Amino acid sequence: MVMDNIKELLVILIGSSLVSNVVLSQFLGLCPFLGVSRKTNTAAGMGAAVIFVITLASAVSGVIYKYILVRFHVEYLKTIVFILVIAALVQFVEMFLRKSMPSLYEALGIYLPLITTNCAVLGVAITNVQKEYGILTGIVNGFATAVGFTVAIVILAGIREKLEYNDIPGAFKGMPTVLLTAGLMAIAFCGFSGLL
Amino acid sequence: MNKAGERLYNGILKENPTFVLMLGMCPTLAVTTSAMNGLGMGLTTMAVLALSNLIISLLRKVIPNRVRIPAFIVIIASFVTAVELLLEAYIPSLNKSLGVYIPLIVVNCIILGRAESYAYSNTAIASLFDGIGMGLGFSFALTCIGAVREILGAGELFGLALMPESFVPIRIFGQAPGAFFVLAVLTALQNHIRNVRKKAGRSYEKIGSGCSEDCMNCKDRKGCTKSFYKAEEAHGDDGRSAKAGTEPASKGKVALTKPVYLEEDK
Repeated sequence: MVMDNIKELLVILIGSSLVSNVVLSQFLGLCPFLGVSRKTNTAAGMGAAVIFVITLASAVSGVIYKYILVRFHVEYLKTIVFILVIAALVQFVEMFLRKSMPSLYEALGIYLPLITTNCAVLGVAITNVQKEYGILTGIVNGFATAVGFTVAIVILAGIREKLEYNDIPGAFKGMPTVLLTAGLMAIAFCGFSGLL
Repeated sequence: MNKAGERLYNGILKENPTFVLMLGMCPTLAVTTSAMNGLGMGLTTMAVLALSNLIISLLRKVIPNRVRIPAFIVIIASFVTAVELLLEAYIPSLNKSLGVYIPLIVVNCIILGRAESYAYSNTAIASLFDGIGMGLGFSFALTCIGAVREILGAGELFGLALMPESFVPIRIFGQAPGAFFVLAVLTALQNHIRNVRKKAGRSYEKIGSGCSEDCMNCKDRKGCTKSFYKAEEAHGDDGRSAKAGTEPASKGKVALTKPVYLEEDK
């Protein structure tokens, strides 16, 4: 029984982080992926903040869904409730970090407001509900998704740092090259589909 | 009525949300595996956009300025929920193929962008038509991208065989990487047009660069589309450095979002 549970969680961990990568195969959180991926250290900071927020948000939204929405039979309100809860949560986390853990706030603080509107956060909360994950499974799924995001954004930032020195034809300068890079990375990540 | 026509023209061609403003890239890439999916997503977004624009415009004197963003989100999320339930009841096949992207219309920056930059400061009828125009422009763009991907990836259009039998479908265009490639070529085309126009010395005030990058900030930004034009004046690497600089630093959240971009642009 316990082994089964652990196996299921492991499958979700690998599936959500590598096989169906949140950015490269589900296209969620594209904006920070393209916007904050110029330098590896900022990309890593963004990734850390995303891991933190998504894990927390999937825990909170899982609890709210199970103990409030399902209990009072108002599951259809999930979209409204989740988006408000996530926005509020990010604000609280920011205030809490600023007061009690200034060093962590220094590292993650500037990224937090950017995450409020990141569609990956809401996406994970809704996917957890749609796939009928329990609270623990939901948290694992959220964490794995965020790790997948971090892996992707750090790799992209690394490639972009190298691309800086390349001579790229006029029309392809900037965004188009980044998108092509992302496309090639998506092909590479397709290779993980054999894992499960 | 002239105003309505102008808004429609503006939304579909002049300020097409996808091709010109580059807003709402997540759904654009995710659901355009076929022309039909693109059209379905476009029309669903249009319904939400038009209705939320109308309601926000009607309520614009009631909603206090400071809590306008949460108010917008609640209005938009309500319409998204309504549309989702309707789709589930009447077009279950579309609902299934669009899946999680229907509730995610809430965070589509086109909708908040229009609410903030147009509906909150214009009359109800104009806002309604602005929403319809923008929605049609979005549908048009998604259908086009979906059609390209479907023709290349499956040799079909709207499910009908289009290419000769000797055509070997390029499967990759139907899958995730294809979306990035199609969008890359599209952006390159846009860059090319801009370069040509710049050489010809024509003003390029109305067409901007990849706003897709800070999609996530639209919610926080005062008047996304407007700041977008301002950014063009002092066009930096890809508009971001300029944007961060020219925008008036407003309070709270907005100000906080800036350092990242400034730092990024160094």
